Amino acid sequence: MKILVCITHVPDTTSKIQFTANNTKFDTTGVQFIIGPYDDYALARAVELRDQTGGTLTVLNVGEIETEPTLRKALAIGADDAIRVNAVPKDSFFVANQIAHYAKAGGYDLILMGRESIDFNGGMVHGMVGELLGMPSFSPVMKLELEGTTVKMAREIEGGKEILEASLPLIAGCQEPIAEWKIPNMRGIMSARTKPLNVVEPVSQETQAEAGNYLLPPAKGAVKLIDKDNVKELVRLLKNEAKVL
Amino acid sequence: MSILVYIEQTEGKVKKTSLEAVSFANALAAKTGEGDVVAVALGTLEESELSGVGAAGAAKVLHVTDARLNEGVIQAHASAVAQAFQKVGAKTLVLAKSSLGDAVAARLSIRLGAGLVSNVVELPNTSSGYLVKRSIFTGKAFAETSVSTENKILAVKKNAIDLKTDGSPAMVETFEVSLDSSDFASKIISTERATGEVLLPEADIVVSGGRGMKGPENWGMLEELAKTLGAATGCSKPVSDIGWRPHHEHVGQTGIKVAPSLYIAIGISGAIQHLAGVNSSKNIVVINKDPEAPFFKAADYGIVGDAFEIVPKLIEAIKAEL
Repeated sequence: MKILVCITHVPDTTSKIQFTANNTKFDTTGVQFIIGPYDDYALARAVELRDQTGGTLTVLNVGEIETEPTLRKALAIGADDAIRVNAVPKDSFFVANQIAHYAKAGGYDLILMGRESIDFNGGMVHGMVGELLGMPSFSPVMKLELEGTTVKMAREIEGGKEILEASLPLIAGCQEPIAEWKIPNMRGIMSARTKPLNVVEPVSQETQAEAGNYLLPPAKGAVKLIDKDNVKELVRLLKNEAKVL
Repeated sequence: MSILVYIEQTEGKVKKTSLEAVSFANALAAKTGEGDVVAVALGTLEESELSGVGAAGAAKVLHVTDARLNEGVIQAHASAVAQAFQKVGAKTLVLAKSSLGDAVAARLSIRLGAGLVSNVVELPNTSSGYLVKRSIFTGKAFAETSVSTENKILAVKKNAIDLKTDGSPAMVETFEVSLDSSDFASKIISTERATGEVLLPEADIVVSGGRGMKGPENWGMLEELAKTLGAATGCSKPVSDIGWRPHHEHVGQTGIKVAPSLYIAIGISGAIQHLAGVNSSKNIVVINKDPEAPFFKAADYGIVGDAFEIVPKLIEAIKAEL
């Protein structure tokens, strides 16, 4: 069983979102970068499946050298080796092509990643990789069990879930509660230092939908506080001012 | 030439978000001169339901009647929509962002060689090039994305456009597609869906509760408030983590992102991860006994006080007003 987990290197969920260079670049000042929370779920489940099947688990990121601590953290959590495709992740299509190119040669049985990155929220890469490799893709997957080569999954749909079955190889975009996040222990952190982290050069690839300018939403006005003994006033405002009732 | 819209159904009903996508395509066609709007609908649907899509702005609906497509089999849906795209000779595919829509759109992007933009919040700017504004950082910012391919796919976020309701009934045409066994290689065993309720991701009003509700037994009054308003119920992450409410009601950074006209937060402090799931709401009401709760900073209207006193009064006041 060969498992590939693709992770993103993204600002912590509590980061203040700001832009520089005339609104063309994300401002990384004071920002802490983490493994994408959804990718973290995928990685946690992959560690469990690797331990269950006795296979191998490779973690991959498309990014420049600053993403290596994030890859090391994934190694500390339990991946066996790491790959960094040395390129700026310009758009989903570009990233999907890099992953597909690498994964094709690797012959993976299972490719997991988060349902979406928390910076660009596209949620497209798993489906694109699936189509590029001719593999089925599923997202957002909240449960994934292996029985031989059969994969039993639950996929979240609006207001509920879908229970489905497919065969390996496949690709899944994951979300909670597929597994509990794993916090690296001291042994994991020590061993991560010596696990292989290989850098590969990207394949040449055009982009299709690159982000240029960034904008922030307009500042929110002050809250209108209503006295707790005058609840009727809230209803009146919602009806006549906000016009939502 | 036409713009193609992939519309989704739930148990024979066209989803409202898909109708919004039709209205978006209608306005887009008027802007770019891409002709009319053709929708493609998959699975068992009544003719009247399909012609009704005309009200939102479609001239024609291609109906693929194969009942195997009633369920959201991702690969099969992608194949059927790709064939409709070729038939119509479309350059642009529009769809509503959703669990199934996202999964299908990503595969179609590769198959059609089409640049894909998700979370689209307004009509593209086509004055020079093709710039699409999309929501990023979970609603905390926007990016103008430049699409360089001739074929394009736009996955539209809820509330990106007002729903058009005055169009004429659409012409309905049965459309045969060829699907092979590989399209159905995955099997949907069962679907569990909350029935008879307003679905959270599509709701126009959301009533949401947090740990301040003190326990699952107290959700009755939130449900009553939701029912009075025709709203969906949601909750914060701690509430779904402790199992007071099901996971599909969790609103936030790693849960459902909602974009209703009105979001009512009761007993939720407003952690940044929760705000990320609600910041696309048009109006936010916060009810919390802690005047320092950070949620008040993100709210339009607020009441500082005990939810157990305020919510019953609110239900009464709404009933009297509506």
